[in-house]
Amino acid sequence: MVPLSYYVALSAILFALGALGVLTRRNTIIIFMSIELMLNSANLLFVAFARSFGDVSGQIFVFFVMAVAAAEVAVGLALIVAVFRNKHTINIDEVSGLKG
Amino acid sequence: MLYSMDDMFNILPTVIVVAWATALILVEAFLPKKYKFITIWLTVLGLVVALVAAINQHGIEAEAFNGMLVVDGFSSFLNILILGSGILAVALAVGYNKRFGFDRGEYYIMMMFSIAGTMLMSSAADLIVIFLALELMSIPLYIMAAFYRGNVNSEEAGMKYFLLGAFAGGFILYGIGFVYGATGATGLSQVVTAINGGVDSPTFLLVGAALILIGLGFKVAAVPFHMWTPDVYEGSPTPATAYMAVGAKVGGFAALIRIFVVAFPTLSTDLVPILWGLVALTLVVGNLVAIAQKNIKRMLAYSSISHAGFILMAFLPYGDAAVFKSSVAAALFYLLAFAITSFGSWGVVIALEKSEGKGLLLEDYAGLGRKYPALGVAMLIFMLSFTGIPPTIGFAGKFLLFKAVMEGGYYGLAILGVLTSLFSAYYYLRLVIIMFMKSGEPNIVSDRWVTLVTASSAVATVVLFMVSTPLFAWAEQAVLKLF
Amino acid sequence: MLLSEATTTGFDLFSLVPWIVFIPVIGLLVNLIFGRKWNERIIGIVASSAVALTFVVSVLQLIALQGNHHEAHVVPFVDWLSIGQFHLPWEFRVDTLSVTMMLVVSGVGTLIHIYATGYMWFDVRYKEDLKSYRRFFIYMNLFIAMMMILVSGNSYLMLFVGWEGVGLCSFLLIGFWFDRNPDTTFGDKNAFAGKKAFVANRVGDFGFLMAMFLTFWNFKTLSFTELFPDAVAHYSGDPALIWWITGFMLLGVAGKSAQIPLFVWLPDAMAGPTPVSALIHAATMVTAGVYLVTRSAPIFNAVEGVHIMVATVGAATALFAATIAVGQHDIKKVLAYSTVSQLGFMVAAVGMGAYVAGMFHLVTHAFFKALLFLGAGSVILAVERGHHPLIGGHEDEHEPHDDEDHHELFDPQDMRNMGGLRKRIPWTYWTYMMGTFALMGLPIFAGFWSKDEILLDAKLEYPVIYWVLVVAAFLTAFYMGRQVWLVFFGKPRHHASEVAKESPWSMLVPLLVLAFLSVFGGFMNWPFEGGHQFGHWLGYTIEKATGHALHVPAFDWGVAIPATLLALLAIGISWLIYGRNPLKTGQQDPLEKALGPIFKGMHNKWYVDEIYDFLILRPYQKLAKFFAETLDWNIWHDWFHEKGIRDNFQKFTRFLADPIDLGVIDRIANGLASTVKNSGEILSRLQTGFIRNYALSVFFGVVVILGYLIFR
Repeated sequence: MVPLSYYVALSAILFALGALGVLTRRNTIIIFMSIELMLNSANLLFVAFARSFGDVSGQIFVFFVMAVAAAEVAVGLALIVAVFRNKHTINIDEVSGLKG
Repeated sequence: MLYSMDDMFNILPTVIVVAWATALILVEAFLPKKYKFITIWLTVLGLVVALVAAINQHGIEAEAFNGMLVVDGFSSFLNILILGSGILAVALAVGYNKRFGFDRGEYYIMMMFSIAGTMLMSSAADLIVIFLALELMSIPLYIMAAFYRGNVNSEEAGMKYFLLGAFAGGFILYGIGFVYGATGATGLSQVVTAINGGVDSPTFLLVGAALILIGLGFKVAAVPFHMWTPDVYEGSPTPATAYMAVGAKVGGFAALIRIFVVAFPTLSTDLVPILWGLVALTLVVGNLVAIAQKNIKRMLAYSSISHAGFILMAFLPYGDAAVFKSSVAAALFYLLAFAITSFGSWGVVIALEKSEGKGLLLEDYAGLGRKYPALGVAMLIFMLSFTGIPPTIGFAGKFLLFKAVMEGGYYGLAILGVLTSLFSAYYYLRLVIIMFMKSGEPNIVSDRWVTLVTASSAVATVVLFMVSTPLFAWAEQAVLKLF
Repeated sequence: MLLSEATTTGFDLFSLVPWIVFIPVIGLLVNLIFGRKWNERIIGIVASSAVALTFVVSVLQLIALQGNHHEAHVVPFVDWLSIGQFHLPWEFRVDTLSVTMMLVVSGVGTLIHIYATGYMWFDVRYKEDLKSYRRFFIYMNLFIAMMMILVSGNSYLMLFVGWEGVGLCSFLLIGFWFDRNPDTTFGDKNAFAGKKAFVANRVGDFGFLMAMFLTFWNFKTLSFTELFPDAVAHYSGDPALIWWITGFMLLGVAGKSAQIPLFVWLPDAMAGPTPVSALIHAATMVTAGVYLVTRSAPIFNAVEGVHIMVATVGAATALFAATIAVGQHDIKKVLAYSTVSQLGFMVAAVGMGAYVAGMFHLVTHAFFKALLFLGAGSVILAVERGHHPLIGGHEDEHEPHDDEDHHELFDPQDMRNMGGLRKRIPWTYWTYMMGTFALMGLPIFAGFWSKDEILLDAKLEYPVIYWVLVVAAFLTAFYMGRQVWLVFFGKPRHHASEVAKESPWSMLVPLLVLAFLSVFGGFMNWPFEGGHQFGHWLGYTIEKATGHALHVPAFDWGVAIPATLLALLAIGISWLIYGRNPLKTGQQDPLEKALGPIFKGMHNKWYVDEIYDFLILRPYQKLAKFFAETLDWNIWHDWFHEKGIRDNFQKFTRFLADPIDLGVIDRIANGLASTVKNSGEILSRLQTGFIRNYALSVFFGVVVILGYLIFR
């Protein structure tokens, strides 16, 4: 059996990768995927803990998170499309008209 | 484990808003174009009904859905506040949305969902519900920010808010994961039981709590998680800004108070230095950068950041339950004061805003006080209230807050608060000077609903100051059951 | 006394006291709501009669107090807030001290309002903004209301409310002509003066606030009634606390009453209309600091050594400002520095514990300085009317004079443009002379008695301060002599002065009344046997508060005679320099020739503004720049996006080079306004608009917080 700490470490690595992806990538869709990666690393954490506690609430939480993520995808992609129509780019650094 | 109708009844106001909004989507779809305005009236009606239900519910203490939701004075205070804010926000939006050509019913329905999310935040007693409520509150806000389709700024605002909001949401979720990992529970009362029974890995718990603090700090726009605020406030349609300024703050602080009071009182020694730093940074940055702003929406954005700092101050006497009680009550009072003042001032901004972002510079306010004395005086009252000068409710809010913080022994921070609020006088009163002393020919767009909101907020800002004693008593009574 | 007997039995006159605040408020509301359509006469009558009625109510309070055997009476009005055992009531305190202030404020205020009805009639025409007439009187009535709140409140909190309120009015009225055409230096200067007053007062308010916090924190109350009867017992226990409270309070006093180091705003504040200078910046508001110290007498008495601190500040200001006044050419600037100097006298007096002397000087000074300012206003108006008759074109104004001052207008306030005015405007001249004699401290005149009392107290207790004040008094007589010779004697040095016109009666009557008071006002505290009425009157309040009997020194010829002789000597010297050979048109000031660099120093206010700029603004700017460059988010931005070392290196070199390239020297000259702007721009550079930078900021916060939690 794989010890709990391995799951936690993997989840932390995935989370860090997601966060760094948000910070470093310029493609809006990839940034978006990085955020999803962050959410899913949290899911991994929930599942791993739930399994080790023998408790279902953590696993149920994962379903909720997936639902929320789906809702976010719907909104996020709509926004990306709307911005693309206007600016013809999905480079996030081009979306920087508001500043100061 | 069965759910009964009692559960539904206990959270009746929230149920009304959710059900109403869902039904309204269908109604809106089938309304002929000519009758779309009915959506607005139905929205207001729904909010009023929910408000009546919320007021009616006042004084009830109950749990619902196996302790996932709690109904108490705290939730009813915030429910009344957010429902009232919702009604004001609709009034601000009606004319504006028409004027700028995105007069669509979804806007109001989205706002209703967001309100439902905020209401759930105020009564959520389980980390899962808190996360869901947070997303329910936020996702409609992203849509509202980008609602002005085809407008570059509005879309950019929506995009920024969405990406950063989702990013921060990731932190909250991860934090919840750690808390769950440390305590094996998501319900706040179980969490606290587990903590009191001893936790295997206190670091997990601490990291989890800190991550939740960070995520909610993002929602309430605390520095350094504030950077979305000015851009999103500037780019969003102004009524949406007005709503999110209040709504997101109410929701964020509701969850912060509930989680940290109920679940993590034992972490105070670890978290207080962090809170101290957040508050100090927020106060200084918010008030300093506001001075540099030329656009009124950005100025008000930074002002709202600084107010978040003031409200966060209430969290410092965190370990000391006796003081914390009065400081949380002061925070609630301050939220109320902020909400009223904020809606009024955004109303003035809406009255002056022209298409393509014209009429938003501070210079565009020159001569306002001469040409439209009533509007000028209203804005003067709001600025006084933001600064914290009597006779306005903002003064009472600051006074109660500083008092609580000093009782907690945080003199340094209280002094910083006083200093930065003196500093804030500079940019608030600068606007007053521009309005009353510089000559100019501003033109306002007459809109009776906006006028109504502005006038009633101005009156309320002064009148509620007079009755701040019973109001504060209400806030105190609201937090009584939390501890 | 019939009336006083009536008060004890029947109607309670004390209950009228809230009207001292509400009558002016009603006055301003009437003008605000109905005044738009009214002509100037009605607006002026409404505003003036509101203040006059306030004066009547104040007199009734005086009578009521007589009937109450001078016992303080507290009239509760409303409860603002009450939380648990904590209450914030608004109570009116009627005692001999507050009634004195009420009488001065409303009495002098009434006269100045009447004067202003005439003065502003002309002023709005010169500024070509007739609508401002109503605005002016609304502000003035608001000021009276706020000042009344200040003097009548029964707690530090109400005092502070009034304190902020009068500050706001002062600010509004300094910048009254703020909206003048911005390309004239006139408008900009006023805005700047307003800003300077605002900043200096903010520093002072901070002091007052801190003093209030400390008081409240340690004594759990801000109410005078609760604070003072058993105060001494409380206070003497903790000398450090008293030092902090009084020190902060002194900072507040320095801000409001224009003492070192915050006095710089008051002279600039003279940019406001002249009645404002007379009412707010000479007679009433600026004396609030003196009132505050007198009111807080028990605290200042509580610990040894506090007195010397306050007295030193006052005496130093008195001397310092007097030297500056000698070097001014602007008629109002002379009076402004004279006011700072006289305030120094008062602060020194109350600082020494000579509360009666300080308050006495406050009252007489209100008479004669108001008179002098109003007289100066009359002079300026006369010259302005001579220069630029209201009927006729503006050719004179728009005609370019010569290359170097092509956008400088004729300055009707410059004494070098005056001369010989005594024949053109005899009424103004004679009343002005009464005020001058009072300020110089010539015997019989009001200022003589009050200044003498201050000097006497100083001589008995603080000899060093006595000598400083004597020198200041000598300089006072000298600069006033200089002013009178320059303005009223000799021959007109400008066409405008030749054709100057006497002011209307609405302006002259207040001058006459004030002149009468300046001559005879000093007798209220006749210092010989059977006298000291004013001292006894104030004593009822101060003795009760401090728990000590007031020491009233007997009149001393050894103080009065030398002081008088010195004043006469100063007048003689000023005659030698300015009177014997009157200044000619375009001639250099003889004193400037004789004193050279010293005069230059005096004229330039000893470069205080420049020193402040050097000591405070410049380091601040440098620091701001340093932080901006080092913390520039773009460094992070590029760093994270693999643009790499090259960019960073460039940035680093730029950081090193910028202070030299961008010209630190230029920045010094930019002054206060641009400092604010610069630091603002620097700070908002952090807001780059790039989403990933914002995310980075969040991430940064996460890393710092988690790092703190884990590695602490």
